[in-house]
Amino acid sequence: MIALLVRDLRLAMRAGGGFGLGLAFFLIVSTLVPFGVGPEAAILSRIAPGILWVGALLACLLSLDRIFQLDFEDGSLDLLATAPIPMEGIVAVKALAHWLVTGLPLTLAAPVLGTLMNLESPGHYWIFITLLIGTPALSMIGAFGAALTVGLKRGGLLLSLLVLPLYIPTLIFGAEAATRGTAGLSASTPLLMMAGITAGSIALLPFAAAAALRVNLR
Amino acid sequence: MSLWEFANPVKFMALSGKVLPWVIGLCAVTLIPGMIWGFFFTPEAANFGNSVKIIYIHVPSAMMAINIWVMMLVTSLIWIVRRHHVSVRASKAAALIGVTMTVIALITGAIWGQPMWGTYWAWDPRLTSFLILFLFYLGYMALWAAIDNPDTAADLTSVLCIVGSVFAVLSRYAVNFWNQGLHQGASLSLDKEEHVSNVYYQPLLLCIAGFILLFVALVLIRTRTELRLVRLHRLDVRERMKDA
Repeated sequence: MIALLVRDLRLAMRAGGGFGLGLAFFLIVSTLVPFGVGPEAAILSRIAPGILWVGALLACLLSLDRIFQLDFEDGSLDLLATAPIPMEGIVAVKALAHWLVTGLPLTLAAPVLGTLMNLESPGHYWIFITLLIGTPALSMIGAFGAALTVGLKRGGLLLSLLVLPLYIPTLIFGAEAATRGTAGLSASTPLLMMAGITAGSIALLPFAAAAALRVNLR
Repeated sequence: MSLWEFANPVKFMALSGKVLPWVIGLCAVTLIPGMIWGFFFTPEAANFGNSVKIIYIHVPSAMMAINIWVMMLVTSLIWIVRRHHVSVRASKAAALIGVTMTVIALITGAIWGQPMWGTYWAWDPRLTSFLILFLFYLGYMALWAAIDNPDTAADLTSVLCIVGSVFAVLSRYAVNFWNQGLHQGASLSLDKEEHVSNVYYQPLLLCIAGFILLFVALVLIRTRTELRLVRLHRLDVRERMKDA
């Protein structure tokens, strides 16, 4: 399993577009929003946590179809399926690799981009914490969506339609926790709810994703 | 003799063919008088005026929109566990009816909301939940449409339906947490005193029964069509095998 993780990370780094594209997309979204809503610092600092969350979510979505698609096309997914590790383990490792390549860099970059949007001072901390807890759920849910659409020729748009509604609870609790924390209110309730979603996704979704992969490899 | 016998498509077709005219008849007997009673023979409500009468479409369609998803969840589970074709075909047949009910509930709600709340749309928890439910229906139907092999499509959409149900419930409570609502609390419970006045309640019950029967009739018709499509597909494949 560790070998698979290392292989996936190497592929993501060397094939280009792993770390770079998601982050660049996140940067562009954060740059475009002030053009759209105007440069007033008050408005920007109020919507900053929400915009950063939506931006991170979209950047995460952008790289989802890479989780299984390339391996499916060149046949290595079939080899992995016959390997002695269970399919659920493969899904979990793939999701972990996706998180290390997109979720973690996004989390680290978000406080910096928050400065661009006039985020108030405790906000940097809160956006970092909420993304750190929430992005694993985004990667895991995304891996499930990618497993559903892996056999399709033009799965990209369908993947967004399937995955985005599943992201709604995570987004609501994450953005709510970040907004409350930035405003100096108690954010523990939404934070705990989001942590629950993350833990539940990691525990249960590998089974659903593995079932979908088995159907697609049949 | 058990319920599972009707998982046999031939038996299902025979039974549903016999039952269908009765269901359609009962539906007409409840829905048409219910609507006429509701629209023409109930008084105007104190603060609502005539707009209260949209309740006879709004409430039943909203109830059906949720219950149809629950039915799809049950039939998807049956397909995953026991692999009965009738079950998953019924699920596929129900999805389009469910999405139609969701749209009807949203549109009648908007029409009702304009005079009452002064807006067509607000980010009220129930409205938002219904919009999310609409998105789930769309995703489910899009996945059916995207996959060529019917058995693969049945498996994948069933998995999606089960996972989607969990997230739909989560979204419902997340949305409740996220914003306060304009809707009143529960006002139709059978065991409580505090439901709407009997003048509106009785025709409403009749309309709800009518909508349920309408759904049963439609889902039977569509499931029969789906089963015939499967059979056509199989015959087509057999025919081509013969030629080859």
